[in-house]
Amino acid sequence: MPTITFIHPDNRSEPIDAQIGDSAMRAALTHGIDEIVAECGGNAVCATCHVYVDEAWLPKLDPVAADEDDLLDGTASERLPNSRLSCQIKITPALDGLVLRLPDRQT
Amino acid sequence: MSATAATGASSAIPRLGVDPFALDFFDDPYPTHEALREAGPIVYLDKWNVYGVARYAEVYAVLNDPMTFCSSRGAGLSDFARETPWRPPSLILEADPPAHTRTRAVLSKVLSPAVMKQIRDRFMTVAAAKIDELLQRRSFDAIPDLAEAYPLSVFPDAVGLKPDGREHLLPYAGVVFNAFGPPNELRQSAIERSLPHQAYVAEACQRDNLSPGGFGACIHAFAARGDITDAEAPLLVRSLLSAGLDTTVYGIGAAIYCLARWPEQMTRLRDDPSLARNAFEEAVRFESPVQTFFRTTTRDVELSGSPIGEGEKVLMFLAAANRDPRRWAEPDRYDITRKTSGHVGFGSGIHMCVGQLVARLEGEAVLTAFARKVGAVAISGPVKRRYNNTLRGLESLPITLTPA
Repeated sequence: MPTITFIHPDNRSEPIDAQIGDSAMRAALTHGIDEIVAECGGNAVCATCHVYVDEAWLPKLDPVAADEDDLLDGTASERLPNSRLSCQIKITPALDGLVLRLPDRQT
Repeated sequence: MSATAATGASSAIPRLGVDPFALDFFDDPYPTHEALREAGPIVYLDKWNVYGVARYAEVYAVLNDPMTFCSSRGAGLSDFARETPWRPPSLILEADPPAHTRTRAVLSKVLSPAVMKQIRDRFMTVAAAKIDELLQRRSFDAIPDLAEAYPLSVFPDAVGLKPDGREHLLPYAGVVFNAFGPPNELRQSAIERSLPHQAYVAEACQRDNLSPGGFGACIHAFAARGDITDAEAPLLVRSLLSAGLDTTVYGIGAAIYCLARWPEQMTRLRDDPSLARNAFEEAVRFESPVQTFFRTTTRDVELSGSPIGEGEKVLMFLAAANRDPRRWAEPDRYDITRKTSGHVGFGSGIHMCVGQLVARLEGEAVLTAFARKVGAVAISGPVKRRYNNTLRGLESLPITLTPA
Protein backbone atom coordinates (compact mmCIF):
# COMPACT_ATOMS: atom_id res chain seq x y z
CA MET A 1 0.00 0.00 0.00
CA PRO A 2 1.33 3.44 -0.86
CA THR A 3 1.94 5.72 2.11
CA ILE A 4 0.55 9.26 2.02
CA THR A 5 1.64 11.78 4.60
CA PHE A 6 -0.84 14.45 5.61
CA ILE A 7 0.61 17.50 7.35
CA HIS A 8 -1.89 19.13 9.69
CA PRO A 9 -2.13 22.93 10.00
CA ASP A 10 -0.14 22.64 13.28
CA ASN A 11 2.69 20.96 11.25
CA ARG A 12 2.04 17.54 12.75
CA SER A 13 2.76 14.78 10.18
CA GLU A 14 0.37 11.87 9.88
CA PRO A 15 1.35 9.05 7.51
CA ILE A 16 -1.44 6.72 6.41
CA ASP A 17 -1.65 3.63 4.21
CA ALA A 18 -3.79 4.34 1.16
CA GLN A 19 -5.58 1.79 -0.99
CA ILE A 20 -4.51 1.80 -4.66
CA GLY A 21 -7.40 3.09 -6.77
CA ASP A 22 -8.91 5.12 -3.93
CA SER A 23 -8.81 8.90 -4.02
CA ALA A 24 -6.62 10.73 -1.52
CA MET A 25 -9.88 12.13 -0.12
CA ARG A 26 -11.29 8.65 0.47
CA ALA A 27 -8.04 7.55 2.12
CA ALA A 28 -8.16 10.59 4.41
CA LEU A 29 -11.75 9.89 5.46
CA THR A 30 -10.96 6.21 6.06
CA HIS A 31 -8.16 7.21 8.42
CA GLY A 32 -10.03 9.96 10.23
CA ILE A 33 -8.11 12.95 8.85
CA ASP A 34 -10.60 15.52 10.17
CA GLU A 35 -9.45 18.44 8.04
CA ILE A 36 -10.82 16.70 4.94
CA VAL A 37 -14.58 17.42 5.05
CA ALA A 38 -15.65 16.19 1.60
CA GLU A 39 -19.23 17.41 1.84
CA CYS A 40 -20.14 16.15 -1.62
CA GLY A 41 -18.56 12.74 -1.11
CA GLY A 42 -16.19 12.98 -4.05
CA ASN A 43 -18.51 14.23 -6.79
CA ALA A 44 -16.48 17.36 -7.58
CA VAL A 45 -19.11 19.83 -6.38
CA CYS A 46 -18.02 21.31 -3.06
CA ALA A 47 -14.26 22.08 -2.82
CA THR A 48 -14.11 20.95 0.84
CA CYS A 49 -11.34 18.36 0.35
CA HIS A 50 -8.76 21.00 -0.56
CA VAL A 51 -5.06 20.14 -0.04
CA TYR A 52 -1.72 21.77 -0.82
CA VAL A 53 0.51 19.30 -2.64
CA ASP A 54 4.19 19.18 -1.69
CA GLU A 55 6.04 20.89 -4.55
CA ALA A 56 8.19 17.85 -5.27
CA TRP A 57 5.07 15.76 -5.95
CA LEU A 58 3.15 18.23 -8.12
CA PRO A 59 4.60 17.06 -11.47
CA LYS A 60 3.68 13.45 -10.66
CA LEU A 61 -0.05 14.22 -10.49
CA ASP A 62 -2.48 14.35 -13.42
CA PRO A 63 -3.07 17.95 -14.47
CA VAL A 64 -5.99 19.93 -13.04
CA ALA A 65 -9.17 19.40 -15.08
CA ALA A 66 -11.41 22.34 -16.01
CA ASP A 67 -14.13 21.56 -13.44
CA GLU A 68 -11.57 21.12 -10.64
CA ASP A 69 -9.98 24.42 -11.69
CA ASP A 70 -13.35 26.21 -11.31
CA LEU A 71 -13.94 24.63 -7.91
CA LEU A 72 -10.49 25.60 -6.64
CA ASP A 73 -11.48 29.25 -7.16
CA GLY A 74 -13.97 28.78 -4.32
CA THR A 75 -11.87 27.12 -1.63
CA ALA A 76 -12.28 28.51 1.89
CA SER A 77 -8.52 28.74 2.44
CA GLU A 78 -6.45 30.64 -0.09
CA ARG A 79 -5.89 28.96 -3.44
CA LEU A 80 -2.16 28.53 -4.10
CA PRO A 81 -0.37 27.21 -7.20
CA ASN A 82 -0.11 23.79 -5.49
CA SER A 83 -3.79 23.63 -4.50
CA ARG A 84 -5.70 20.50 -5.49
CA LEU A 85 -8.91 18.75 -4.54
CA SER A 86 -7.98 15.47 -2.91
CA CYS A 87 -11.03 13.72 -4.42
CA GLN A 88 -9.35 14.17 -7.82
CA ILE A 89 -6.02 12.60 -6.77
CA LYS A 90 -6.16 8.90 -7.54
CA ILE A 91 -3.72 6.78 -5.55
CA THR A 92 -1.27 4.79 -7.70
CA PRO A 93 1.90 2.90 -6.71
CA ALA A 94 3.88 5.84 -8.17
CA LEU A 95 2.41 8.10 -5.47
CA ASP A 96 4.00 6.13 -2.61
CA GLY A 97 5.41 8.83 -0.32
CA LEU A 98 3.04 11.62 -1.46
CA VAL A 99 2.95 14.57 0.93
CA LEU A 100 -0.23 16.66 1.24
CA ARG A 101 -0.53 19.72 3.47
CA LEU A 102 -3.97 20.38 4.99
CA PRO A 103 -5.49 23.88 4.95
CA ASP A 104 -6.75 25.42 8.19
CA ARG A 105 -10.34 25.54 6.97
CA GLN A 106 -12.55 23.94 4.32
CA THR A 107 -15.81 25.89 4.72
CA MET B 1 -44.18 -1.25 -17.10
CA SER B 2 -47.02 -3.36 -15.72
CA ALA B 3 -47.44 -6.82 -17.23
CA THR B 4 -43.87 -7.46 -18.39
CA ALA B 5 -42.43 -6.26 -15.13
CA ALA B 6 -44.72 -8.43 -13.03
CA THR B 7 -43.74 -11.60 -14.90
CA GLY B 8 -40.16 -10.42 -15.34
CA ALA B 9 -39.49 -10.11 -11.62
CA SER B 10 -37.20 -12.95 -10.64
CA SER B 11 -38.57 -15.34 -8.06
CA ALA B 12 -35.38 -14.79 -6.08
CA ILE B 13 -36.27 -11.15 -5.56
CA PRO B 14 -38.53 -10.67 -2.56
CA ARG B 15 -41.91 -9.15 -3.43
CA LEU B 16 -43.46 -6.73 -0.98
CA GLY B 17 -46.98 -5.35 -0.87
CA VAL B 18 -46.12 -2.08 0.82
CA ASP B 19 -47.11 1.28 -0.70
CA PRO B 20 -44.29 3.77 -0.03
CA PHE B 21 -46.52 6.60 -1.29
CA ALA B 22 -49.44 6.06 1.10
CA LEU B 23 -50.27 8.55 3.85
CA ASP B 24 -49.92 5.97 6.64
CA PHE B 25 -46.47 5.13 5.30
CA PHE B 26 -45.50 8.82 5.42
CA ASP B 27 -46.66 8.98 9.05
CA ASP B 28 -43.96 6.47 10.04
CA PRO B 29 -41.80 5.19 7.18
CA TYR B 30 -39.04 3.72 9.36
CA PRO B 31 -40.41 0.21 10.06
CA THR B 32 -41.08 -0.19 6.33
CA HIS B 33 -37.64 1.15 5.44
CA GLU B 34 -36.16 -1.49 7.72
CA ALA B 35 -38.35 -4.21 6.22
CA LEU B 36 -37.27 -3.15 2.72
CA ARG B 37 -33.57 -3.23 3.69
CA GLU B 38 -33.84 -6.55 5.49
CA ALA B 39 -35.88 -8.26 2.74
CA GLY B 40 -32.85 -8.20 0.42
CA PRO B 41 -30.55 -5.99 -1.63
CA ILE B 42 -33.28 -5.63 -4.28
CA VAL B 43 -37.02 -5.94 -3.77
CA TYR B 44 -40.04 -5.83 -6.03
CA LEU B 45 -43.00 -3.67 -5.07
CA ASP B 46 -46.20 -5.22 -6.40
CA LYS B 47 -48.26 -2.14 -5.61
CA TRP B 48 -46.57 -0.07 -8.35
CA ASN B 49 -44.70 -2.78 -10.32
CA VAL B 50 -41.26 -1.39 -9.67
CA TYR B 51 -37.99 -2.67 -8.32
CA GLY B 52 -36.73 -1.05 -5.14
CA VAL B 53 -33.35 -0.61 -3.44
CA ALA B 54 -33.16 0.53 0.19
CA ARG B 55 -29.68 -0.48 1.32
CA TYR B 56 -26.87 2.06 1.05
CA ALA B 57 -24.65 -0.05 -1.23
CA GLU B 58 -27.33 -0.62 -3.86
CA VAL B 59 -28.69 2.94 -3.76
CA TYR B 60 -25.13 4.20 -4.20
CA ALA B 61 -24.49 1.73 -7.05
CA VAL B 62 -27.64 2.74 -8.94
CA LEU B 63 -26.93 6.46 -8.49
CA ASN B 64 -23.41 5.99 -9.81
CA ASP B 65 -24.26 4.00 -12.96
CA PRO B 66 -26.29 6.58 -14.90
CA MET B 67 -25.86 4.92 -18.28
CA THR B 68 -27.54 1.71 -17.04
CA PHE B 69 -29.97 3.40 -14.65
CA CYS B 70 -30.97 6.40 -16.71
CA SER B 71 -32.81 9.61 -15.89
CA SER B 72 -34.01 10.60 -19.36
CA ARG B 73 -37.05 8.34 -18.95
CA GLY B 74 -38.01 10.32 -15.86
CA ALA B 75 -36.80 10.49 -12.26
CA GLY B 76 -40.32 9.58 -11.11
CA LEU B 77 -42.54 6.55 -11.65
CA SER B 78 -43.84 7.78 -15.00
CA ASP B 79 -41.78 6.32 -17.88
CA PHE B 80 -41.26 9.07 -20.45
CA ALA B 81 -40.75 6.40 -23.13
CA ARG B 82 -44.36 5.32 -22.63
CA GLU B 83 -46.18 8.31 -21.16
CA THR B 84 -46.24 12.00 -22.00
CA PRO B 85 -44.57 13.91 -19.16
CA TRP B 86 -46.83 16.33 -17.26
CA ARG B 87 -44.48 19.21 -18.19
CA PRO B 88 -41.58 19.60 -20.67
CA PRO B 89 -38.82 17.42 -19.14
CA SER B 90 -36.01 19.02 -17.16
CA LEU B 91 -32.84 19.51 -19.23
CA ILE B 92 -30.67 18.40 -16.33
CA LEU B 93 -32.59 16.17 -13.89
CA GLU B 94 -34.37 14.22 -16.62
CA ALA B 95 -31.43 13.97 -19.04
CA ASP B 96 -28.51 11.61 -19.63
CA PRO B 97 -24.99 12.25 -20.90
CA PRO B 98 -23.97 13.70 -23.26
CA ALA B 99 -26.95 16.12 -23.22
CA HIS B 100 -26.80 16.31 -19.43
CA THR B 101 -23.07 17.08 -19.35
CA ARG B 102 -23.52 20.43 -21.09
CA THR B 103 -26.42 21.73 -18.99
CA ARG B 104 -24.88 20.43 -15.77
CA ALA B 105 -21.65 22.31 -16.51
CA VAL B 106 -23.60 25.56 -16.79
CA LEU B 107 -25.50 25.17 -13.53
CA SER B 108 -22.31 24.00 -11.77
CA LYS B 109 -20.65 27.27 -12.73
CA VAL B 110 -23.69 29.37 -11.78
CA LEU B 111 -23.82 27.74 -8.32
CA SER B 112 -20.08 27.22 -7.75
CA PRO B 113 -18.15 27.54 -4.47
CA ALA B 114 -16.73 30.84 -5.76
CA VAL B 115 -20.26 32.24 -6.27
CA MET B 116 -21.20 31.11 -2.74
CA LYS B 117 -18.41 33.30 -1.35
CA GLN B 118 -20.06 36.31 -2.98
CA ILE B 119 -23.54 35.68 -1.53
CA ARG B 120 -22.42 34.33 1.84
CA ASP B 121 -22.42 37.57 3.83
CA ARG B 122 -25.91 38.53 2.75
CA PHE B 123 -27.32 35.06 3.52
CA MET B 124 -25.70 35.13 7.00
CA THR B 125 -26.90 38.66 7.78
CA VAL B 126 -30.50 37.98 6.77
CA ALA B 127 -30.58 34.78 8.85
CA ALA B 128 -29.25 36.60 11.92
CA ALA B 129 -31.92 39.30 11.55
CA LYS B 130 -34.62 36.65 11.13
CA ILE B 131 -33.60 34.86 14.35
CA ASP B 132 -33.49 38.22 16.21
CA GLU B 133 -37.04 38.92 15.06
CA LEU B 134 -38.25 35.47 16.07
CA LEU B 135 -36.60 35.75 19.48
CA GLN B 136 -38.74 38.86 20.05
CA ARG B 137 -41.84 36.77 19.37
CA ARG B 138 -40.57 33.80 21.42
CA SER B 139 -43.37 31.45 20.27
CA PHE B 140 -44.12 30.89 16.59
CA ASP B 141 -44.59 28.21 13.93
CA ALA B 142 -41.11 27.20 12.76
CA ILE B 143 -42.35 26.01 9.35
CA PRO B 144 -44.00 29.12 7.83
CA ASP B 145 -42.19 31.66 10.04
CA LEU B 146 -38.64 30.29 9.67
CA ALA B 147 -38.21 27.25 7.39
CA GLU B 148 -40.27 28.93 4.63
CA ALA B 149 -39.72 32.58 5.47
CA TYR B 150 -35.92 32.50 5.45
CA PRO B 151 -35.35 30.80 2.06
CA LEU B 152 -38.10 33.00 0.59
CA SER B 153 -36.23 36.06 1.84
CA VAL B 154 -32.91 35.15 0.20
CA PHE B 155 -33.31 32.63 -2.64
CA PRO B 156 -35.77 34.36 -5.02
CA ASP B 157 -33.64 37.52 -4.78
CA ALA B 158 -30.48 35.49 -5.47
CA VAL B 159 -32.16 34.07 -8.59
CA GLY B 160 -33.22 37.59 -9.54
CA LEU B 161 -36.98 37.05 -9.62
CA LYS B 162 -39.42 39.94 -9.75
CA PRO B 163 -41.35 40.56 -6.52
CA ASP B 164 -44.73 39.82 -8.08
CA GLY B 165 -46.01 36.26 -8.15
CA ARG B 166 -43.55 34.68 -5.73
CA GLU B 167 -46.49 33.09 -3.90
CA HIS B 168 -46.50 30.54 -6.75
CA LEU B 169 -42.98 29.29 -5.95
CA LEU B 170 -43.69 26.86 -3.09
CA PRO B 171 -46.90 25.49 -4.67
CA TYR B 172 -45.04 24.93 -7.95
CA ALA B 173 -42.25 23.02 -6.22
CA GLY B 174 -44.85 21.01 -4.33
CA VAL B 175 -46.35 19.92 -7.65
CA VAL B 176 -42.95 18.98 -9.07
CA PHE B 177 -42.13 16.71 -6.15
CA ASN B 178 -45.60 15.19 -5.94
CA ALA B 179 -45.43 14.45 -9.67
CA PHE B 180 -42.45 12.10 -9.24
CA GLY B 181 -44.77 9.78 -7.35
CA PRO B 182 -47.33 7.28 -8.65
CA PRO B 183 -50.73 8.36 -10.01
CA ASN B 184 -52.26 8.64 -6.53
CA GLU B 185 -54.49 11.39 -5.15
CA LEU B 186 -51.47 13.52 -4.15
CA ARG B 187 -50.09 13.52 -7.69
CA GLN B 188 -53.32 13.87 -9.58
CA SER B 189 -54.72 16.73 -7.53
CA ALA B 190 -51.37 18.55 -7.56
CA ILE B 191 -51.13 18.42 -11.35
CA GLU B 192 -54.80 19.41 -11.77
CA ARG B 193 -54.17 22.59 -9.78
CA SER B 194 -50.79 23.35 -11.35
CA LEU B 195 -51.67 25.47 -14.39
CA PRO B 196 -51.44 28.92 -12.77
CA HIS B 197 -48.16 27.94 -11.09
CA GLN B 198 -46.74 26.63 -14.37
CA ALA B 199 -47.78 29.82 -16.13
CA TYR B 200 -46.02 31.95 -13.51
CA VAL B 201 -42.82 29.89 -13.68
CA ALA B 202 -42.69 29.92 -17.49
CA GLU B 203 -42.91 33.71 -17.42
CA ALA B 204 -40.50 34.22 -14.50
CA CYS B 205 -37.75 32.23 -16.25
CA GLN B 206 -37.59 34.51 -19.30
CA ARG B 207 -34.46 36.63 -19.62
CA ASP B 208 -36.23 39.97 -19.43
CA ASN B 209 -37.87 39.03 -16.14
CA LEU B 210 -34.61 38.26 -14.32
CA SER B 211 -32.59 40.99 -12.68
CA PRO B 212 -28.90 41.43 -13.57
CA GLY B 213 -26.35 39.59 -11.45
CA GLY B 214 -28.73 36.88 -10.25
CA PHE B 215 -28.42 33.14 -10.89
CA GLY B 216 -31.12 33.40 -13.58
CA ALA B 217 -29.36 36.15 -15.52
CA CYS B 218 -26.11 34.15 -15.23
CA ILE B 219 -27.79 31.17 -16.89
CA HIS B 220 -29.02 33.39 -19.72
CA ALA B 221 -25.50 34.79 -20.10
CA PHE B 222 -24.29 31.25 -20.88
CA ALA B 223 -26.89 31.19 -23.68
CA ALA B 224 -25.47 34.45 -25.03
CA ARG B 225 -22.02 32.79 -25.04
CA GLY B 226 -23.40 29.81 -26.95
CA ASP B 227 -22.88 27.20 -24.19
CA ILE B 228 -26.63 26.53 -24.25
CA THR B 229 -29.38 27.67 -26.62
CA ASP B 230 -31.76 30.57 -26.02
CA ALA B 231 -34.58 28.05 -25.74
CA GLU B 232 -32.73 26.01 -23.11
CA ALA B 233 -31.93 28.90 -20.77
CA PRO B 234 -35.47 29.42 -19.37
CA LEU B 235 -35.81 25.69 -18.75
CA LEU B 236 -32.56 25.67 -16.78
CA VAL B 237 -33.77 28.62 -14.72
CA ARG B 238 -36.90 26.55 -14.14
CA SER B 239 -34.69 23.86 -12.55
CA LEU B 240 -33.64 26.38 -9.88
CA LEU B 241 -37.28 27.17 -9.13
CA SER B 242 -38.30 23.49 -9.12
CA ALA B 243 -35.55 22.19 -6.91
CA GLY B 244 -33.99 25.17 -5.14
CA LEU B 245 -36.60 26.38 -2.69
CA ASP B 246 -38.92 23.72 -1.30
CA THR B 247 -35.98 21.38 -0.66
CA THR B 248 -34.21 23.94 1.53
CA VAL B 249 -37.50 24.71 3.29
CA TYR B 250 -37.77 21.02 4.20
CA GLY B 251 -34.07 20.85 5.07
CA ILE B 252 -34.18 23.79 7.46
CA GLY B 253 -37.46 22.50 8.92
CA ALA B 254 -35.78 19.13 9.49
CA ALA B 255 -32.82 20.73 11.26
CA ILE B 256 -35.03 22.79 13.61
CA TYR B 257 -37.19 19.73 14.31
CA CYS B 258 -34.07 17.71 15.16
CA LEU B 259 -32.62 20.38 17.47
CA ALA B 260 -35.99 20.75 19.21
CA ARG B 261 -36.21 17.00 19.83
CA TRP B 262 -32.59 16.52 20.98
CA PRO B 263 -31.78 19.35 23.42
CA GLU B 264 -28.32 17.91 24.14
CA GLN B 265 -27.45 18.42 20.45
CA MET B 266 -28.71 22.01 20.70
CA THR B 267 -26.40 22.45 23.70
CA ARG B 268 -23.42 21.15 21.72
CA LEU B 269 -24.30 23.54 18.89
CA ARG B 270 -24.46 26.48 21.31
CA ASP B 271 -21.10 25.49 22.77
CA ASP B 272 -19.51 25.38 19.31
CA PRO B 273 -21.33 27.37 16.60
CA SER B 274 -18.80 26.12 14.04
CA LEU B 275 -20.79 22.86 14.12
CA ALA B 276 -23.74 24.62 12.44
CA ARG B 277 -22.94 23.49 8.94
CA ASN B 278 -22.54 19.85 9.95
CA ALA B 279 -25.66 20.02 12.15
CA PHE B 280 -27.59 20.92 9.00
CA GLU B 281 -25.85 18.21 6.97
CA GLU B 282 -26.69 15.59 9.62
CA ALA B 283 -30.33 16.73 9.53
CA VAL B 284 -30.32 16.14 5.77
CA ARG B 285 -29.00 12.62 6.38
CA PHE B 286 -31.32 11.95 9.31
CA GLU B 287 -34.60 13.25 7.85
CA SER B 288 -33.71 13.00 4.14
CA PRO B 289 -35.99 15.80 2.88
CA VAL B 290 -35.84 14.18 -0.56
CA GLN B 291 -36.91 10.62 0.26
CA THR B 292 -36.87 8.87 -3.10
CA PHE B 293 -36.04 9.06 -6.79
CA PHE B 294 -36.55 6.62 -9.64
CA ARG B 295 -34.28 5.49 -12.47
CA THR B 296 -35.10 3.38 -15.57
CA THR B 297 -32.92 0.52 -16.82
CA THR B 298 -31.49 1.00 -20.31
CA ARG B 299 -30.54 -2.69 -20.70
CA ASP B 300 -30.81 -6.07 -19.00
CA VAL B 301 -28.62 -5.74 -15.93
CA GLU B 302 -27.60 -7.75 -12.89
CA LEU B 303 -27.61 -5.83 -9.62
CA SER B 304 -26.21 -7.54 -6.51
CA GLY B 305 -26.81 -10.93 -8.16
CA SER B 306 -30.38 -10.29 -9.28
CA PRO B 307 -31.40 -9.77 -12.91
CA ILE B 308 -33.43 -6.72 -13.89
CA GLY B 309 -34.77 -6.42 -17.43
CA GLU B 310 -34.51 -3.43 -19.76
CA GLY B 311 -37.07 -0.65 -19.34
CA GLU B 312 -37.80 -1.29 -15.66
CA LYS B 313 -38.29 1.43 -13.09
CA VAL B 314 -36.04 1.21 -10.02
CA LEU B 315 -37.09 3.12 -6.91
CA MET B 316 -34.19 4.34 -4.75
CA PHE B 317 -35.01 4.84 -1.08
CA LEU B 318 -32.45 7.56 -0.28
CA ALA B 319 -33.84 7.95 3.23
CA ALA B 320 -33.48 4.24 3.98
CA ALA B 321 -29.91 4.24 2.65
CA ASN B 322 -29.11 7.17 4.92
CA ARG B 323 -30.09 5.04 7.92
CA ASP B 324 -28.71 1.71 6.74
CA PRO B 325 -26.88 0.15 9.71
CA ARG B 326 -24.56 -1.55 7.17
CA ARG B 327 -23.16 1.93 6.47
CA TRP B 328 -23.88 4.08 9.53
CA ALA B 329 -23.12 3.56 13.22
CA GLU B 330 -26.22 4.29 15.34
CA PRO B 331 -28.12 5.42 12.22
CA ASP B 332 -31.24 6.48 14.13
CA ARG B 333 -29.28 8.94 16.26
CA TYR B 334 -29.12 12.64 15.29
CA ASP B 335 -25.47 13.50 16.03
CA ILE B 336 -24.21 16.90 14.90
CA THR B 337 -20.56 15.74 15.07
CA ARG B 338 -21.13 12.72 12.83
CA LYS B 339 -18.88 12.25 9.79
CA THR B 340 -21.68 12.80 7.28
CA SER B 341 -19.66 12.59 4.07
CA GLY B 342 -21.15 9.98 1.75
CA HIS B 343 -24.82 10.37 2.73
CA VAL B 344 -27.17 10.33 -0.24
CA GLY B 345 -29.57 13.03 0.94
CA PHE B 346 -28.36 15.15 -1.99
CA GLY B 347 -27.99 12.06 -4.19
CA SER B 348 -24.62 10.96 -5.58
CA GLY B 349 -22.91 10.81 -8.95
CA ILE B 350 -23.58 12.97 -11.98
CA HIS B 351 -27.07 14.01 -10.84
CA MET B 352 -26.05 14.89 -7.28
CA CYS B 353 -27.89 18.08 -6.28
CA VAL B 354 -26.26 20.92 -8.22
CA GLY B 355 -27.63 23.43 -5.70
CA GLN B 356 -26.27 21.66 -2.62
CA LEU B 357 -23.93 24.54 -1.82
CA VAL B 358 -26.84 26.99 -1.66
CA ALA B 359 -28.76 24.57 0.57
CA ARG B 360 -25.78 24.21 2.91
CA LEU B 361 -25.22 27.95 3.00
CA GLU B 362 -28.86 28.54 3.99
CA GLY B 363 -28.75 25.78 6.59
CA GLU B 364 -25.45 26.99 8.01
CA ALA B 365 -26.71 30.58 8.14
CA VAL B 366 -29.86 29.70 10.09
CA LEU B 367 -28.12 27.30 12.49
CA THR B 368 -25.20 29.67 13.09
CA ALA B 369 -27.66 32.37 14.14
CA PHE B 370 -29.46 29.78 16.26
CA ALA B 371 -26.21 28.71 17.92
CA ARG B 372 -25.24 32.27 18.81
CA LYS B 373 -28.57 33.68 19.89
CA VAL B 374 -30.86 30.88 21.08
CA GLY B 375 -30.54 29.25 24.48
CA ALA B 376 -33.14 26.52 24.15
CA VAL B 377 -35.81 25.31 21.73
CA ALA B 378 -38.98 23.59 22.90
CA ILE B 379 -41.86 22.17 20.91
CA SER B 380 -44.90 24.00 22.22
CA GLY B 381 -47.86 22.70 20.24
CA PRO B 382 -49.09 19.85 18.05
CA VAL B 383 -46.65 18.88 15.28
CA LYS B 384 -48.40 18.33 11.95
CA ARG B 385 -46.91 16.46 9.00
CA ARG B 386 -47.17 17.68 5.38
CA TYR B 387 -47.71 14.96 2.79
CA ASN B 388 -45.78 14.87 -0.49
CA ASN B 389 -44.86 11.92 -2.70
CA THR B 390 -41.15 12.77 -2.59
CA LEU B 391 -40.47 15.30 0.17
CA ARG B 392 -40.54 14.57 3.88
CA GLY B 393 -41.31 17.44 6.20
CA LEU B 394 -43.80 19.22 8.40
CA GLU B 395 -46.82 21.45 7.86
CA SER B 396 -46.61 22.93 11.33
CA LEU B 397 -43.95 22.95 14.08
CA PRO B 398 -44.93 25.27 16.95
CA ILE B 399 -41.83 26.11 18.99
CA THR B 400 -40.83 28.43 21.80
CA LEU B 401 -37.34 29.90 21.94
CA THR B 402 -35.42 30.94 25.04
CA PRO B 403 -32.77 33.59 24.34
CA ALA B 404 -29.15 32.70 25.05
